[in-house]
Amino acid sequence: MEIIILITIIFYLLSTAGYFAYLFRQKNYLQQTGYYLLAAGFVLHTMALAYGFIQSGQIPVKNLFETLSIACWAIAGVFLILQYKFKLKILGIYAAPLLTIVMALASRLPKEPVQVENIYNNLWFIVHIIAVFIGEASFALACGVGLLYLVQEHAIKTKHHGFFFRRLPSLELLDSTGYGCIVAGFTMLSVGLVSGFVYAKLVWGKFLSWDPKEVWAGITWLLYAALLHQRLIAGWRGRRAAVMAIIGFAAVLFTFFGVNFLLKGHHGEFTRW
Amino acid sequence: MDEIVLLGINHKTAPIELRECLAFSNEETLAALETFKASPVISEVMVISTCNRVEILLATENQTKAAETAKTYLSASKKLPVAKFEQALYTHCGDEAVRHIFKVAASLDSMMVGEPQILGQIKEAYHTASLKKTSGVLLNRLLHRAFFVAKRVRSETGIGDHAVSISYAAIELGKKIFGSLEGKKALLVGAGEMAELAVEHLLRNKSGDIFVANRTFERGVKLAQKFNGQAVRFEEIVDCLQIVDIIISSTGSPDFIITRDQVKGIMRIRRNRPLFFIDIAVPRDIDPAINRLNNAYVYDIDDLQGIIEENIQERNREAIKGARIVDESVIHFRQWYENLSAVPTIVALREKMNSIAETEIKKTLQSLSHLSDQDHQAITRMANAMVNKILHDPTRLLKSNEDHGEKSDHLDITRKLFGLDE
Repeated sequence: MEIIILITIIFYLLSTAGYFAYLFRQKNYLQQTGYYLLAAGFVLHTMALAYGFIQSGQIPVKNLFETLSIACWAIAGVFLILQYKFKLKILGIYAAPLLTIVMALASRLPKEPVQVENIYNNLWFIVHIIAVFIGEASFALACGVGLLYLVQEHAIKTKHHGFFFRRLPSLELLDSTGYGCIVAGFTMLSVGLVSGFVYAKLVWGKFLSWDPKEVWAGITWLLYAALLHQRLIAGWRGRRAAVMAIIGFAAVLFTFFGVNFLLKGHHGEFTRW
Repeated sequence: MDEIVLLGINHKTAPIELRECLAFSNEETLAALETFKASPVISEVMVISTCNRVEILLATENQTKAAETAKTYLSASKKLPVAKFEQALYTHCGDEAVRHIFKVAASLDSMMVGEPQILGQIKEAYHTASLKKTSGVLLNRLLHRAFFVAKRVRSETGIGDHAVSISYAAIELGKKIFGSLEGKKALLVGAGEMAELAVEHLLRNKSGDIFVANRTFERGVKLAQKFNGQAVRFEEIVDCLQIVDIIISSTGSPDFIITRDQVKGIMRIRRNRPLFFIDIAVPRDIDPAINRLNNAYVYDIDDLQGIIEENIQERNREAIKGARIVDESVIHFRQWYENLSAVPTIVALREKMNSIAETEIKKTLQSLSHLSDQDHQAITRMANAMVNKILHDPTRLLKSNEDHGEKSDHLDITRKLFGLDE
């Protein structure tokens, strides 16, 4: 188990190296290598999670290490699909190091699962976990795309065409990819919230217990809902959409970490160490 | 053994007046090839003539005489005394000539480094020479290597990347904003060579409808016909901004044609779809404050000029890599060339040995008349096998890729030892 995680991290690290080599050398085979290395890491990561699942009979989200690990797994998966669909080759310089760093830090955390009462491993719970993490992974990538958009837009607006201008794709591609990420993330977050409510109703008898995590998840959801609404109605695109994607992800991060560390609630155990 | 000699002038050594004087038309090239072919000192020849250079490439056993012949011919056919162009004329021999032609083909010696036309021009010149049968072993090999080097330099370095003309730089920028220009609509305000060139680039990128606005509507209509576009009145420009994506402006107007407030209102109606303004006019037509609006981008002629200068610097940096590839290829070519000079010696040596063996077999068999035909064959086979075995090591040594000085020593010794030059 430990060793699989370690090899996964090494694959992510090699993928990072591949993408950075691509950034500097601009040879297509380098980004392809990065992509395949990341895919290999993802397969190993999946095996590690499956092993954990079979061992405990539950989705492995019972401490900070496990939640971060599954978050990384979701980011890797969503990135692979995104890269395949949008061909945004350069995004690897964001995703691969992100995976490497988070996984490397997470692997230093204790692996003891917390004892949680009232966990029932039903379908709603599984859907809730998977959907929320895929949604958050999509938002993480939307944030990365947004950052790249801002860098590229800055180069074009200020007319200083440096290192990144040549290497980053068109604003249009960055904008549409970011939008795709947010649509996917929003859909998955919605599914995740609804399944969470249903699960809460089944287990605790009420949909909403005003747990801080639930509240903040709701706020995040509203933020992205507003962003999508503005895009569809008023054509919020480009710079403003990119900035919003970054702010949205900050809200996601706060919901993920901040709530657990600063506020109390029944989600807290999952990110304790 | 023939050597490669190159005589030429280019934009660095000669002013345009002189280049014009010495340039060869197609007919003149054919005539020149005929004359050079008839010359006893020149064994192979080709002539490259473009607006930036005239190069005469020769293979000859006598460099000085061949160069003299070429100069005399230039002077006679162009009716220009040798003294008038001798200063500008460069003469390269051997490796230097090879390096020069490689650099020219790879567009490293061009006025605009990386421009792609020169390779086509050299290919054409070579085609003419091979039709006239004035190219032989040396030039054939040299030119094929030159084409290969040019291709390698282009694919392995960035000398051909990045626009170096205003209109093309604008189009590349457009691609960085819109991704693809396919279906993007454009508005041309005013007229002008650079602006029209930009529109042509757009059309080549499968852009959508072209609108043309001109102060005189009739001129606009005429220009629109040229691009298969649609003329709009000057007053309609602002409305037009709702539908187009790219605006190319080049009018003589002293004031801004399009102001920030106009665009601000339009962006709302456009639902923030990006607008790209290319302002080629001086004084400027487009309010530069528009660039500060979200999703609107304004580039004036100075901005584009700045990009081009950056791109030229980038190309020059890449040219250094190209020069390395050329150096490498010059060495490869020299190796081939030296091997070529070993071949006649090896052939002569083998011929001499074979003739000795043949004579001796004949002599021996005459006195051994009792032997059967089979025995004769066996003896012949043995003699041939001995010749082959004896020659094996010397041949291998002469063919090996050792350093230049030692190799010519070996060739020299071989020729003396076996009396091949007698």
